[in-house]
Amino acid sequence: MSKLVISAIGPASSVQDGGRHGTQRYGLTPSGAMDMLALAVANVLVGNPTLAAAIEIGPFGAAFKARGGAVRVALAGASRNADISGRAVAFNTSMTLADGETLTLGFARGGAFSYLAIEGGIAGEPMFGSLAVNARAGLGSPYPRPLQAGDELQTALASGAAERRLDLPAMADAPIRVVMGPQDDEFGDATRLFLDGEWKISATSDRMGYRLEGPVIKHLHGHNIVSDGTVNGSIQVPGNGQPIVLMPDRGTSGGYPKIATVITADLGRFAQIPAGKVFRFKAVSMAEAQAELRKSAELLRTLPDRLQPIENFDLNIEALHDANVAGAAVSAVDAGTWHAPSAADVEVPD
Amino acid sequence: MAATLSPPRILPSGDSAITVEFSRNIDDAANRRVLALDRILAREPVAGVTETVPTYRSLLVHYDPLQIGFDALSEKLVALAQLPVPPTTKARRWRIPVVYGGEHGIDLEDVAKALNMTPDEIVARHVAGDYRVAMIGFTPGWSYLSGLDPSLHMPRRQNPRLLTPAGTVSIGGVQTGVQCLAGPSGWHLLGRTPVRTYQLHRDPIFLLEPGDRVTFSAIDAKTFAEQDRAAEAGKIVAELIAA
Repeated sequence: MSKLVISAIGPASSVQDGGRHGTQRYGLTPSGAMDMLALAVANVLVGNPTLAAAIEIGPFGAAFKARGGAVRVALAGASRNADISGRAVAFNTSMTLADGETLTLGFARGGAFSYLAIEGGIAGEPMFGSLAVNARAGLGSPYPRPLQAGDELQTALASGAAERRLDLPAMADAPIRVVMGPQDDEFGDATRLFLDGEWKISATSDRMGYRLEGPVIKHLHGHNIVSDGTVNGSIQVPGNGQPIVLMPDRGTSGGYPKIATVITADLGRFAQIPAGKVFRFKAVSMAEAQAELRKSAELLRTLPDRLQPIENFDLNIEALHDANVAGAAVSAVDAGTWHAPSAADVEVPD
Repeated sequence: MAATLSPPRILPSGDSAITVEFSRNIDDAANRRVLALDRILAREPVAGVTETVPTYRSLLVHYDPLQIGFDALSEKLVALAQLPVPPTTKARRWRIPVVYGGEHGIDLEDVAKALNMTPDEIVARHVAGDYRVAMIGFTPGWSYLSGLDPSLHMPRRQNPRLLTPAGTVSIGGVQTGVQCLAGPSGWHLLGRTPVRTYQLHRDPIFLLEPGDRVTFSAIDAKTFAEQDRAAEAGKIVAELIAA
């Protein structure tokens, strides 16, 4: 066994996987990765099952040290400066930390969450089939809370397999697509305002929900409905008219009308939009949403086919950043403004 | 009978879930139909349906669009919702102990004032109720109960509290409820129960199911403290009256 020791890590970082399913009828939300495609890319690079548990790293910096043996890892998702003992390393590439070596990461650039997958996965005790952290429910393994400096993740000794890379086409900086409903009839003409408006994600957003700032969306009949079920991507509109997009740690039910729902294929891209960046929504038909879902499921299924040996690889970190999964969210907003404004900067010492 | 059932509204909840809505209001008859459709789907599984979430007035049906499309599933759900509501099978019936008032129920006095009753009258009416678990939602084990005495209906607080204690028993609008974990709430806190409706490493992890019946019994603070310790150790301190 080897382990990965966390030398430094910012808030909003936790172990996440494909989430836990089948418990929403008891009020227990699925949790799981904010960006499933990025999680899958990181996992596939180190030969893990697509939605195995990995470290979801929030916008701040982090540092990880291999102990007890070599550890093979891969990074995907929001790009950032990354180095192992001073030598720069690339995203979407597997790499091996020798025993005692440290992987150091800077702030996220142009995205919010990066994923660090570890060959052999993370040792832990699944609850309802998942290691995903849901701090509110006291769930997650090996730690039922966000990660902290000093935490240790047990994993397998690096296999010594050849390193690999995986290229994905750059994602378009396109509107976030939604299916209208289930309560769009509570808004009348205001749905136009919702679809025509320019939106920003507020810095007070988290894994439960992204608060949006933009035009005020008025309700036709007040902002209370009798609570009904929510899904990942439900866009509910509370009394102040500023929508909240529900994310994997959402409540399983809610009492505000839901004007629309982000399509599954766009959930990861939406989760990666940095606070303050302007974006728009676009309504699509159910047929289009489900066609896009089938396409992204096919992409997920065929990720292993895209692996390439590292030898053919001309290391160009900027090009990699551009081609990165989260590269769509282009404007490199200072990640320091993201999430809890009071959160301490955890740039790694020395 | 079946012919008199109005079809539910089918509402898309994104590309992987359908809301089957029986009513826009809190309505016991609608809730029975929600729970009936939920039972029918458990008994006769539809390929592609991955998870169902019953609420007061609608059933949220999660599905995998790779296995079944929106139109096909909608049709099936409408057809299944037309089936006669099966006679209520013998529901599980629980008695849940509650310590009312004081530090455990900081709103009891104010509720009594607002409703022109004494705190004892409020408690008497609350424990006299025969409740049904209409839904579980928001956070693990948060159980919303229907059947609150109409004389206890009152609007939620103007300013929700950001943190209310684990085990809080409260009333809000036409409902009463038991919350398991500490969390925000806009309801009025009448008391606390030592019962954990959600507890890891206990069998079962979730105590209550939608459709279960619940009554409350008043206990004193000393009993609460004892039962709370026993519950913390994994004992089920709710009394199962009928299974």
